Amino acid sequence: MDLRRVISVIVLNEHGVLARISGLFAGRGYNIDSLTVAPVPNTNLSRLTIVTSGNSRVLEQIVKQLHKLIPTYKVIESCEFVEKEMALIKIPLKESFDGLDAMLKAYNGVIANSGDDFIVVMVADDTPRVASFLKAVKKYNPTEIVMGGSVAMDL
Amino acid sequence: MEKLQGEVMEISGSQMVIEALRHEEVEVVFGYPGGAIMNVYDEVYKQNYFKHILTRHEQAALHAADGYARASGRVGVAFVTSGPGFTNAVTGLATAYMDSVPMVVISGQVPITMIGTDAFQEIDAVGISRPCVKHNYLVKDVSELPRILKEAFYIARTGRPGPVHVDLPKDVTAQIGKFEYPKTISMQTYKPTLKGNIRQIKKAVEAIKNAKRPIFYLGGGVINSGASSLVREMAAVSGIPAVETLMARGTLRYDDPLLLGMVGMHGSYVANMGMSEADLMIAFGPRFDDRVTGKLSEFAKHAKIIHVDIDPSSIGKLVDVDYPIVGDLKNVLETMLPRVKEEIDPNKYQNWRELLSRYNDIHPLKYEDSNEVIKPQWVIEQVGRTLGDKAIVTTDVGQHQMWSAQFYPFTFPRQWVSSGGLGTMGFGLPAAMGAKWAQKDKISINFTGDGSILMNIQELMTAIESKTPVINIILNNNFLGMVRQWQTFFYDKRYSSTDLNMQPDFVKLVESFGGVGFHVETKEEFDKALDAAIKSGVVALIDVKVNRLENVLPMVPAGGTLYNMMLDYKD
Repeated sequence: MDLRRVISVIVLNEHGVLARISGLFAGRGYNIDSLTVAPVPNTNLSRLTIVTSGNSRVLEQIVKQLHKLIPTYKVIESCEFVEKEMALIKIPLKESFDGLDAMLKAYNGVIANSGDDFIVVMVADDTPRVASFLKAVKKYNPTEIVMGGSVAMDL
Repeated sequence: MEKLQGEVMEISGSQMVIEALRHEEVEVVFGYPGGAIMNVYDEVYKQNYFKHILTRHEQAALHAADGYARASGRVGVAFVTSGPGFTNAVTGLATAYMDSVPMVVISGQVPITMIGTDAFQEIDAVGISRPCVKHNYLVKDVSELPRILKEAFYIARTGRPGPVHVDLPKDVTAQIGKFEYPKTISMQTYKPTLKGNIRQIKKAVEAIKNAKRPIFYLGGGVINSGASSLVREMAAVSGIPAVETLMARGTLRYDDPLLLGMVGMHGSYVANMGMSEADLMIAFGPRFDDRVTGKLSEFAKHAKIIHVDIDPSSIGKLVDVDYPIVGDLKNVLETMLPRVKEEIDPNKYQNWRELLSRYNDIHPLKYEDSNEVIKPQWVIEQVGRTLGDKAIVTTDVGQHQMWSAQFYPFTFPRQWVSSGGLGTMGFGLPAAMGAKWAQKDKISINFTGDGSILMNIQELMTAIESKTPVINIILNNNFLGMVRQWQTFFYDKRYSSTDLNMQPDFVKLVESFGGVGFHVETKEEFDKALDAAIKSGVVALIDVKVNRLENVLPMVPAGGTLYNMMLDYKD
């Protein structure tokens, strides 16, 4: 049975390191549901947050293979963590915004920006809640949705 | 450039390469020059720390370095140029990676300022090598070069060994920088686990104590770790029988009564039955390859498994393990052996050994010899009888490789050099040259096929020029024999593209390079040819006409079960 797993990988922030990791997933046929990467402040390291899925043997191999890469400093595969995801949604101004305010409040969302004929709303919340927001926001006929991928911090 | 260790010098990137190799005590480099690596070759010309051997193809340079590494246990080194020089080398990297062979390969690259412009002989070398090396580097500045070279050798030889590729842009080879070769090394992110967990080791010994039918499953890690003598001792004091994978041949002496032979697709009946009926499998450095396990759900069904490996990702990859131990095998055995000596009574497994010996009596490893035609197995045995431990044995890939693994009387580790994981045809001749440079007092024998030998035949020239006598014995059946065998068994004898009736005159061919050649059709002729080849002192090629339709048996068909072997084939 396929399980969803959030894995954080701390790696040396050096040339080609992202290619090593994505190449590992591609070459061995592992799934990447989302991947985010950014430097760890005040270090020579970067943190990747990878959301993947697979059976338990595959997940074990993913962790071990990630660890085997020479620039990998640490692989964190915790059960307890805060996971947040961000999404930007573009809604045309011609839509009626009935109830949008209340919905944004409910999902920690804000209006991030606007243009001549659209507004951009942003939500940042737990992954399942972002998913349900995206479902709910459909009634405003969004023209574009950009998802940020999960970031996670273990507790 | 006589400099004391630790002294800082201002030298060019190319000179740094030479100095690093000198510090690493490299004695031989195999390579092929070209535009992007010319600065380095200019320094090769000026130095006399190591010998450089010019191969006639980059792939062969890597296989030669690989053969040297396998036969010596040291890091093999090769130089190639950018673009096609590098792409030719990729098969060599992949071959070494699959079999965990320590190598450092330095490739030229177009100048940094030209990278990304599709320059002449430019290719994304680190992009290509990434999945077939342990690690790789693109050197961006000469100031990084001493550290990168130090790390490259360190990574190649430590942990689970493997090839490391350093891509070196031409402008970096010309830049001048400070050179101080680091004496010690500590990497923030790479620290292999050497010592096994003591609690796990104790549990494993306890499991051995409780087992009734234990078996050692020995893999290439035994050879890599230099643990062969400890494994021999372990077997001797415990009385536990052992099987070897293709990569582990030579760990136990061929005549050790505890050695059941090779395991797997072309393993002996007793080895495969032993694996199938064991209640405890003690795996030392193997990787549960599909050519060994057969159908996974039927593999070692009755056995608990102890698996010692330096690579955590090898443990539990394909088969669930009851007693995982991550560590260097030699280190682990040093802890395990005294406990085994103390706690294990070898008499306990008497019944088990007797059962196995009956299995061996029923279906011993055998072939039917003939007086009409030379049997390929006879050739292997005859070389074994004639040269035994005086030879170091390399092979190409196919039937001859399996027969060599089955029938050669191996007596010491690193006597056997063969491409196991990747199964690279064309490996044999260059690897035999590398092996000869590693073990100069041995006679280098390359068992090959009429298919494989042509895949790097140009290396006869290298062997002549570098005065590296290698004796190539072609088991010539005018077929791509192993594929032909599968076509016979599984494809209704539709011999699609496997008939090699069109052949060169191998004797004239080798003579044209300056070596000696022999056509052989009888056993007497073979003995004479082998004798003459040894005495010639140059590269030799013995073309032995063997039984065309001989099959490698026994055989576990791909995906079959170990206990259900094909023992005979009747047309």
